[in-house]
Amino acid sequence: MKTEQKTLSQEVFEKYELVVGLEIHAQLSTATKIFSSDSAAFGAAPNHHISLVSLGLPGSLPKLNKKVVTFAIKMGLATNCTINRVNRFDRKNYFYADLPKGYQITQDEMPICQRGYVAITLKDGSERKIRLNRIHMEEDAGKSIHDRDQRSSLIDLNRAGVPLIEIVSEPDIRSAEEAAAYLSEVRKLVRYLDICDGNMEEGSLRCDANISVRLKGDTEYGSRCEVKNLNSIRNLQRAVNYEFKRQVQLIEEGIKIEQNTLNFDAATGVTSVLRSKEMAYDYRYFPEPDLPPLTLSEELIQQIKDELPELPEQRVKRYRESFALSEYDAQLLTSDKAVSDYFQEVVNHTSNYKAAANFINGPVQSYLNENPAENIKMKLPAESVALIISLVDDGKINNTAVTQQLFPALVKNPGVDVLDMVQELNLLIDTDSDGLLKYIDQAVSMYPDKVTEYHKGKKGVLGLFMGEVMKLSKGKIDPKTANKLIVEKLDLLK
Amino acid sequence: MLSFHRNTYFHAMHQYSSLKSVQSEIKEGKIQLVELVEGYLQRIEEKKHLNAFVEVYADEAKLRAAEIQKKIINGNAGKLAGMILGIKDLICYKDHNISAGSKILENYNSIFSSTVVERILAEDAIIIGRQNCDEFAMGGSNENSYFGPVKNDADNTKVPGGSSGGSAVAVQADLCMASLGTDTGGSVRQPAAFCGVVGLKPTYGRVSRHGIIAYASSFDQVGPITKSVEDAALLLEVIAGHDDHDSTCSTAPVPAYSQQLSFTGKKRIAYLPETLNSDGLDPEIKAITENTIKRLIEEGHEVEPISFPYLDYVVPTYYILTMAESSSNLARYDGVHYGYRSQNAVDLESTYKKSRSEGFGDEVKRRILLGTFVLSAGHYDAFYGKAQKVRRLIREKTDEILENHDFILLPTTPGPAFGIGEKTDDPVVMYLADIFTVQASLAGIPAISLPVAISKSNLPLGIQFIGKRFGEAELLAFSKYVLNVTKKEVV
Repeated sequence: MKTEQKTLSQEVFEKYELVVGLEIHAQLSTATKIFSSDSAAFGAAPNHHISLVSLGLPGSLPKLNKKVVTFAIKMGLATNCTINRVNRFDRKNYFYADLPKGYQITQDEMPICQRGYVAITLKDGSERKIRLNRIHMEEDAGKSIHDRDQRSSLIDLNRAGVPLIEIVSEPDIRSAEEAAAYLSEVRKLVRYLDICDGNMEEGSLRCDANISVRLKGDTEYGSRCEVKNLNSIRNLQRAVNYEFKRQVQLIEEGIKIEQNTLNFDAATGVTSVLRSKEMAYDYRYFPEPDLPPLTLSEELIQQIKDELPELPEQRVKRYRESFALSEYDAQLLTSDKAVSDYFQEVVNHTSNYKAAANFINGPVQSYLNENPAENIKMKLPAESVALIISLVDDGKINNTAVTQQLFPALVKNPGVDVLDMVQELNLLIDTDSDGLLKYIDQAVSMYPDKVTEYHKGKKGVLGLFMGEVMKLSKGKIDPKTANKLIVEKLDLLK
Repeated sequence: MLSFHRNTYFHAMHQYSSLKSVQSEIKEGKIQLVELVEGYLQRIEEKKHLNAFVEVYADEAKLRAAEIQKKIINGNAGKLAGMILGIKDLICYKDHNISAGSKILENYNSIFSSTVVERILAEDAIIIGRQNCDEFAMGGSNENSYFGPVKNDADNTKVPGGSSGGSAVAVQADLCMASLGTDTGGSVRQPAAFCGVVGLKPTYGRVSRHGIIAYASSFDQVGPITKSVEDAALLLEVIAGHDDHDSTCSTAPVPAYSQQLSFTGKKRIAYLPETLNSDGLDPEIKAITENTIKRLIEEGHEVEPISFPYLDYVVPTYYILTMAESSSNLARYDGVHYGYRSQNAVDLESTYKKSRSEGFGDEVKRRILLGTFVLSAGHYDAFYGKAQKVRRLIREKTDEILENHDFILLPTTPGPAFGIGEKTDDPVVMYLADIFTVQASLAGIPAISLPVAISKSNLPLGIQFIGKRFGEAELLAFSKYVLNVTKKEVV
């Protein structure tokens, strides 16, 4: 909502507490839609993944995709929820052009999962538990496209019926940082569970935030605004911060907060009213008569529990205990499932866990930061990483050469053999000590003053000679041997 | 009762009595199936004023007849070979128009077949056309059709009942051998009673609803309308059974109903005194019900009065729930994706408002409005929620009666077919006429209307038996027996 943001003093803001609850929609990565056998894949030509059910043709009936149930239970178990043995679908009635049946099939009164929590770690290392109210299953609507045609809106029903789970938190979030940490934890979980690709840009993960403020110590919540369609973690933080300031400012001016539905404009960073409370829909929920109540057997739930993959929290623990990695290394390695899985494969081929962790958290992570869409496994197989680590361990190549030359060359030329690339780049360490001695002589004769300084006790100049030798040899020396020989040479000159 | 003109049809066919004899006469070369079809087509033409069919599939019926004739002669024909059927305009048939008696679907063509159509076609039935009905099955007189009212063949000033009015009249007037209708609150049984034919509503979940245009999803069932109990049994046997497309369709095995029609033994039958004492029950109907009770007692069955305290609540409960469901089921007819779109629409909202206002008839609008009201935030508990609870009570009480009794006997309708236009002014009067049929619908159990008598004014009269959940086999066998012991009689 556009209000001039005056600068209130920090003390004024500190009187208030932010209260946020998130509703996260995760599009499930099932092959087919929730109530039909139409493909649920993203990116097809408009209206190519449709049939009578997606179109809501007269006489068509929904048929529940069991996989969706399994995925929802997985998320419920991963977030410590109670799985409701009997749950039910309801109809949410409203008219919109991309909702062909005139209602959305969702779960209102009896969702599949209830209660539960997600643990988050904040920057200062503190931990918090954000409680969940529920997780329910529902179908996505189609897409209305308003900017392609001058006179009409165009409708694409590929997305109509794509399965969603909605993860609804309690209003337990107290800062933008917590909101971001919670959303990113949920994203991490859906990726580890392999139930959603977590892509916020493509809309496979969507977030609405219910935001209110109250004076610290108050037990009642303030009236809340729902901000819709936050399409990145950063925008969630921006919207939360913006709303906190806006709402505090209004209250300070004696103005009541209206319980509106808001839109966040990522370009301006400002919220605006989408629907006022008076315009709120009456969805006329009632039990979906086309689907009998869903009864879940203990066996099914147990089976899903047994097949649950290792979750990030468990992985961190294992990396620390089995691989003796630091908390920092372990956290960094598990922050992304694809990276963590890659690390997992690498350590299947090497026992130098620390070197593997350094390799992944070093060159690999920086490469992925710059090329987030790349599949590192395709560029550089895990076996190759293990081979590189053993080459370093055996003193055949040095780490600097790996980071600066070998790794970039390998990812640029996927499929080229590691040893061939080492040959081509001429990175093998010169074991010929005559050659090495020649470089050392050269380096020493270039800096006679530094030799004197060394003899006067300034041991730090060793690094300079080392660097020079490295440069002259084009990195093809074993640093340990070189260091030893430089010291010997300098001592000899004394 | 039947007076056929002397024509090829007459020569080719005696009055239709049983499918078995039709099949053997074809096999023996006594009749040609194509000629039989032509006879029916001619009959439909002669009885055009009844307005029973919305569309007749003359050419394809004849083509199919030629194929099926060969199959019958070769001995590889299906169970329904030789049967010439009509289907209610609510049952999808691939590449055929379907309108649900509504302007909003006037030129709508279905891209798929309902499961029941697939199953009857697989057994070599011939579909001769789609039959007129109340718009979206909402009505009990067939006066709510966009395609005009249907007339009762016994008296053209009377309604045929509804909503499957066209389907019942088509069987009554020999425009086809049997029909498939749909029954939500009596839409098969009540027109069957008004037209003097057999009408069966199966247990909810016995027959797939895939491809049936929904009125009220937790009630709708397809049911046969036939000349005989045998044909009803045979048709049910073909259309019933699990269907992967319909999650509410039962996986219970389907008995060979047509092979289990012989009845022996003595039954316990309940009748509900409240129904016989109810206001506005036609004296003739009361008399035939009492006569049936008497006959059954004479035959050695135990027939006893059992109180059903909820009779006053069945109609309001039924209407609240079906209107609620229909308000949601009919939301898809919005002028956006298919069906009628108003030429006066300028934007999305006016597309909805104008298409729906112009496309739906009054009764449909009334039910959508009331259904929307009973589901709305401030009224849900008082109406929809309460009605759900009452439905449970009605179901439990009915199940309880059927734990101790094999069948419940009650009239199908409070009176015989009424005059066209007689009740159109007062929807509540029209709704109250459903008082005896909605109990089985609310309880989701099978019920059949049997033509047992003709009134003094020459109108057919029916009585109804309700059976146990999935007890169609017993219900059908007993029905055949009842028709034998009562015979048709003028009151």
